Amino acid sequence: MPPAIKISQLHKHYKTLHALRGVDFEVPTGCFFGLLGPNGAGKSTLINIMAGLVHATHGNVRIMGYDVRQQWRQARQSLGIVPQELVIDPFFSVRQLLRLQSGYFGLGAENNPWIEQLLDSLNLSEKADTNLQRLSGGMKRRVLIAQALVHKPPVIVLDEPTAGVDVELRQALWAFTKHLHKNGHTIVLTTHYLEEAENLCEQFAILNQGELVALDSKSAILARYPYRFLRLTLTNPNVNLPTTLQANVQSIQNGELVLRFHRKNDQIASILDKLRIAKIHFSDLRTEEPSLEDVFLNLTTAKKA
Amino acid sequence: MNWYGLYTLFSKEVWRFLKVATQTILAPVITVLLYLLIFVSVLEGHVEVYQGISYSTFLVPGLIMMSIIQNAFANSSSSFFQSKMTGSLVFLLLPPLSSLEFYLAYTGASVLRGLLVGIGVWIAALFFVSLPIYNFWILLSFSILGSALLGSLGLIASIYAERWDHVSAFQNFLILPLTFLSGVFYKLESLPEFWEAASYYNPFFYMIDGFRYGFLGVSEINISLSLLIVSGFLVIVSAICLWILHIGYKIRY
Repeated sequence: MPPAIKISQLHKHYKTLHALRGVDFEVPTGCFFGLLGPNGAGKSTLINIMAGLVHATHGNVRIMGYDVRQQWRQARQSLGIVPQELVIDPFFSVRQLLRLQSGYFGLGAENNPWIEQLLDSLNLSEKADTNLQRLSGGMKRRVLIAQALVHKPPVIVLDEPTAGVDVELRQALWAFTKHLHKNGHTIVLTTHYLEEAENLCEQFAILNQGELVALDSKSAILARYPYRFLRLTLTNPNVNLPTTLQANVQSIQNGELVLRFHRKNDQIASILDKLRIAKIHFSDLRTEEPSLEDVFLNLTTAKKA
Repeated sequence: MNWYGLYTLFSKEVWRFLKVATQTILAPVITVLLYLLIFVSVLEGHVEVYQGISYSTFLVPGLIMMSIIQNAFANSSSSFFQSKMTGSLVFLLLPPLSSLEFYLAYTGASVLRGLLVGIGVWIAALFFVSLPIYNFWILLSFSILGSALLGSLGLIASIYAERWDHVSAFQNFLILPLTFLSGVFYKLESLPEFWEAASYYNPFFYMIDGFRYGFLGVSEINISLSLLIVSGFLVIVSAICLWILHIGYKIRY
């Protein structure tokens, strides 16, 4: 079985910008995959190349084994994209729009039960006959998701699906996405909410300035970060930290001191000694593993320097 | 071929203009009736273009063809440009629709709108002039070829355009002058020599002249030649349209 997405030596030059510089990776079938990177890293270009909206300058992309340029019909049939922007066609109602979209994929009335099911699972049934112009932002977001799924694509790309979405809808969307994943769909997610990505995704690719800077499973990617954290609840919040510890301080606020220490080179015992010598007392302490955010910042800011 | 996809896109385009039929069908019919009223009341009896044919009888076929082609252009250009502006064009770019399917759906809807407006104008004009059909097939051929030509031209214009005024520039500086200088209101022979000669390079002239033959049975140019020239232009414009769709000019980057 081919991988859900196979990206080979992908380059994209815009007039003066080299947006992708030889990106090369695979997304296994059935994976919940996080595609991360700061703004301008090349994520959107990459997604647009998968979708056939942008043509690569060099290299190619295969969706379920189908080349997006040579076998574009099969590739597009295999891919569902939820675009980042809230775009709507002001002429139609939700149900009409979904039936049209299904028709463009060559599916007729036989697909109507699936459309009803989509309306139902995305809580759109009540609004099915409402014109799109009269829907709230959250409802429009749901319509975009339904539109992307109308042809039952095995691979689904969600480009920032929760940007500007309230908490309730966000949770509903994640529940729905998890459900799709459980049913065997491959999910590719881009998001700026790294905590969410960490909870949902099994594997990650991190892009920075058009290059792949990390590609690994969640545990492996977190383990790449060489630091751990020591969180202390101070008895006296107003302390003067000794110069010997300055380099280790991650943050200090509201009486909580977080120190960063290297997995190999630093030892907790020596840090505690330094604290004792400086007469800094604390009522509680615990160690913490790095979050995806720490790894992300480490990988994407180190490059620029 | 994704036939069902093509059919869906075509139906959507037809549905779109029928939803606003007052603006897309009725309004153009009224406009043409105003032309008819003004020109006929001023010129009737003073001008005889062909012997034994009244000016209004001469004018009406030209006006019908003019409204067919103008509305064919307006249909594809405004629909496509609107989806480009709202961004909803992306939903047509993601499905497996080829350039040919795209072209056929948009041009087909343009032809249908052109024909509906043409029929509307014809029926309305029957209240003012008697206009028997000389050759139905000639009428049908020229109206389909002409509206397809303008429909694909509208698609090209809206693909190229980045702002609404680009679309209207196309309409005001190309379509409108070519229509008015095509012999809708007069016979080319009655023009000064230079303008007469120039008018033979205007493809719209052959559409109007050929279409008029379908009603009157007389034309300035041999009907087969007109048919050939109009078909030739359709082939050229369609080829350009298909080519820019194929390379994704200003649509896929």
